[in-house]
Amino acid sequence: MKKCKWIILSFIVVVFALLSAGVLFAEEAAVPTIDTGDTAWMLVSSAFVLLMTPGLAFFYGGLVRKKNILSVLMQCFMLMCLITIQWIIFGYSLSFGPDIKGLIGSLSWLGLKGVGLEPYPDYSATIPHQLFMVYQAMFAIITPGLILGAFAERMKFAAFCVFSLLWATLVYDPICHWVWAVGGFLRTSGALDFAGGTVVHINAGIGALVAALVLGKRQGYPGSISPPHNLPFAVLGAGLLWFGWFGFNAGSALGAGSLAVNAFVVTHIAACAAGMTWALLDWKFNSRPTMLGMITGAVAGLVAITPAAGFVGAIDAIWIGVGVSVICYFFVTVVKVKLGYDDSLDAFGVHGIGGIWGALATGLWASKSVNPAGADGLFYGNPGQLWIQFKAVAITAVYSFVVTFILLKLVNIVFKLRSEKQNERIGLDLTEHRESAYTLLD
Amino acid sequence: MKYIIAIIQPDRVDEVLQLLEEKEIHLVTVSNVLGRGRQKGISEVYRSHKEAGSLLKKVKLEIALNDQFVKPAVEAITKGARTGQIGDGKIFVMELDECVRIRTGELDSAAIG
Repeated sequence: MKKCKWIILSFIVVVFALLSAGVLFAEEAAVPTIDTGDTAWMLVSSAFVLLMTPGLAFFYGGLVRKKNILSVLMQCFMLMCLITIQWIIFGYSLSFGPDIKGLIGSLSWLGLKGVGLEPYPDYSATIPHQLFMVYQAMFAIITPGLILGAFAERMKFAAFCVFSLLWATLVYDPICHWVWAVGGFLRTSGALDFAGGTVVHINAGIGALVAALVLGKRQGYPGSISPPHNLPFAVLGAGLLWFGWFGFNAGSALGAGSLAVNAFVVTHIAACAAGMTWALLDWKFNSRPTMLGMITGAVAGLVAITPAAGFVGAIDAIWIGVGVSVICYFFVTVVKVKLGYDDSLDAFGVHGIGGIWGALATGLWASKSVNPAGADGLFYGNPGQLWIQFKAVAITAVYSFVVTFILLKLVNIVFKLRSEKQNERIGLDLTEHRESAYTLLD
Repeated sequence: MKYIIAIIQPDRVDEVLQLLEEKEIHLVTVSNVLGRGRQKGISEVYRSHKEAGSLLKKVKLEIALNDQFVKPAVEAITKGARTGQIGDGKIFVMELDECVRIRTGELDSAAIG
């Protein structure tokens, strides 16, 4: 046995030495070379992030009423198909293509023209360009998916498809360009968004708020809406989201190195801190810790750590997690009720508010000792970073609010957003898809 | 004392319960049931195979009432459940011989309310 161990150990050492030699050689030659470790990790990460969308489907699907679960699952799966095709044909080019005045990518990568299997060093020097492209596609898919929590149980499927396609093109792609693309004006301004707090969560959260306002309340809200029809599904979905989030955040390091490890660790810590905090708040204010509260807290923690994952250390991640649960708890249980809008599944309350907290928290706790390529935050002697973060939040929020509003109004004129009253009462599963999720007889 | 059984469309339940509430009829037992009437419901499609399904989802309401509440109850259910289309359902009214409130042992009229 001992001999066997030594053989394996020495084998690992030799492989490691060869790999490092490869890296060194690559540096000398200054030609981008594909790193197999990075490529392997990014392939896996892409699959992780894709899995978040079915995870989200179950998270949301468990929370709606029995008669609408298929409509939620269907919307999520449709996004996987629809947005991927959009991304391949022109979405990726608009988002990451050669910059036009800091505002949008050009159309020169239309249909993935020139997006090949060689690395594109501006974004990722060690993995094939197509891998970066497909990894980013998964983000583009889940972002409109988050919004559907706000209009669940009452939007027509056709209107949903058209709205999502337009939203991905006119809201997601530009904001993605501003924050992440080389030349994008928010990236140039020094705003930090490691894995998509601004691009994904604030953006989708604000879109969700607008959607809830434009579509109006579900019939019977708030008095006679049945509670979540299948909480175990929601827990399953939250578990898949948590798992996928490691690809989302640690994958955003775009390589299998120490930065990915930092992102992985703080992501996990923040989710744990937030889940526990929410449970404690429930215990205090509702006399019992609830399952739904705990998973909501965990997801809020994952949202909040997203922009910060590559810039903050382990202990600070606890504060980000605790903070997000306190803020979102207050928002979902008090503010939403007071304002009276029907954000069915709290897409704005968790992703919008949690995302804003995360982006600002990045300006508080970011540290160059974690990531020299980042910046120091307020608590590490650089109060200016908080202001930069605030500006990025405000610009994203305003743009998302205005354009989402216009798109919804336009789609409403052509397709009508709301399903017929009777169809809404019967349920979208049967009226939009001619299927039911559950039979009454065994 | 009468016992009412009403079979109605699932999407009319909220409306009917609200109207009953307005007539101060609070005691209702509700169950999901499957049944067959004369109408054809919304057909379901699974991998292109149309399943018309001979049994349709309905909701059954059961209400025990003192005599003076029977008319208001029937009116409320009719008003709330009527869409004018086939499949709106039926209301059955029958005599109720005895009623016991388990907690107190009260009988009949006193026990129903």
